[in-house]
Amino acid sequence: MMSVRILASTTERILRQLLHDRRTIALMLVVPIVLMSLLFFMYEDQAAVFNRIALIMLGVFPFTIMFLLTSIAVLRERTSGTLERLFTTPMGKLDLLFACGIAFGLAAAVQASVTAALAYLLLDLDTAGSAGWVILIAVTNAVLGVALGLFFSAFARTEFQAVQFMPVVVLPQVLLSGLFVARDQMADWLEAISNVFPMTYAVDALMEVGANAETTATMWRDLGIVVGVVALALVLGAATLRRRTP
Amino acid sequence: MVSAVEIRDLVVERGTQEVLHNVSAEIRRGVVTGLLGPSGAGKTTLMRAIVGVQLVKSGQVTVLGRPAGSPELRRTMGYLTQSPSVYSDLTVRENVRYFASLYGLGADETDRTIVNVGLEDQARQLVSTLSGGQRSRASLACALVGQPEVVVLDEPTVGQDPVLRDELWRRFRKLADDGATLLVSSHVMDEANRCDRLLLIRDGSIIADDTPAAVKQAAGTDDLDEAFLRLVRGREAVDQ
Repeated sequence: MMSVRILASTTERILRQLLHDRRTIALMLVVPIVLMSLLFFMYEDQAAVFNRIALIMLGVFPFTIMFLLTSIAVLRERTSGTLERLFTTPMGKLDLLFACGIAFGLAAAVQASVTAALAYLLLDLDTAGSAGWVILIAVTNAVLGVALGLFFSAFARTEFQAVQFMPVVVLPQVLLSGLFVARDQMADWLEAISNVFPMTYAVDALMEVGANAETTATMWRDLGIVVGVVALALVLGAATLRRRTP
Repeated sequence: MVSAVEIRDLVVERGTQEVLHNVSAEIRRGVVTGLLGPSGAGKTTLMRAIVGVQLVKSGQVTVLGRPAGSPELRRTMGYLTQSPSVYSDLTVRENVRYFASLYGLGADETDRTIVNVGLEDQARQLVSTLSGGQRSRASLACALVGQPEVVVLDEPTVGQDPVLRDELWRRFRKLADDGATLLVSSHVMDEANRCDRLLLIRDGSIIADDTPAAVKQAAGTDDLDEAFLRLVRGREAVDQ
């Protein structure tokens, strides 16, 4: 049961909460820029390495930050009593889930665009494919972060615990995504693990855009897998939103 | 239909403890019912069962002829949780406006409700900057904004100054006069005199369900605190 009106007003409400928090917005926009610039100076004489790492980072930043923002935001709804109250109103679970996805997805789109603009225009990032695809994949990855954040927030009682899920969920995926060691050079069991991590496919899709002027079948397959995991995580997330609690 | 809420043999467990034991009660339509009892007696649990967010072990709760928590009921109920549940990073107006939008209502209803809880001067203020009493009135506004038929208020007057408390009770009275059914919990006995009916609860059982006058008469005292005490002692004597 979904209502367009409730979905729209809930999305607006989440965005307003975000807009009131100027410091979070500043951090959201500035941190990726600073880190990206840092990478640029680290690899000043190795354009190829910078290209590869910067591209991966364009996917990693929105995923990480949106995972954190969503898991804390939803945890607050759960612990502050607002979620319990919302469940006594006509709002449906899907309204809340999709509103989170859309609101944080929009925030991620802004973040990814700003970071990508910096990387392409000032830091000479070079990809064979268009920047538009890079941003699209980055935003998809951000929505993946939202969906996983929503799901994992169910396993945290406090904000203290929620932030600790970040390294648990994000770091292994980044480590095994091919950032440090190419996946086909890893031990078989590590590669097998990386095969079930959605981040692996997001990074692979970005690499495809980096290497090919036109979209490739592999990119579409990768993107499809990430979208599939988003849907799965949202369904699992919905299952953790209980109208009746003990 | 005389009763808005019917509770039959309600049993609720939290953890390993049974917090409501076979509670049966009726809440009449169009009046203010006070749910009174000490902290930990089961007031909040009973209210959560009525609004349909409490997992129950057995028994039935029916609101306006439908099982508690039915989707149809969600447009007709207003619920104030005990600790203010509003978004502290939004202004009062943004909060009330959001809850209004869930019922398909707009700016007029938002502004009217904010005035009704006496927060018109704080409407543009972030909830996080409000005092405790103001914050709970912001929360109250969000519960009343849909003009609900059944209003469940968990300790709405805690932390309010006497003048405001009086105003809030007048407001509740007005809502009931206009046809709404109100269930208001409190652990302050002097508020009981402002109710049409009383449900006295202790240790998860209802020990009285009557008008304030009848409760006082049955206990043989004019003082409700004393009446409560006598009812408790009377029950304990029966139990032994």
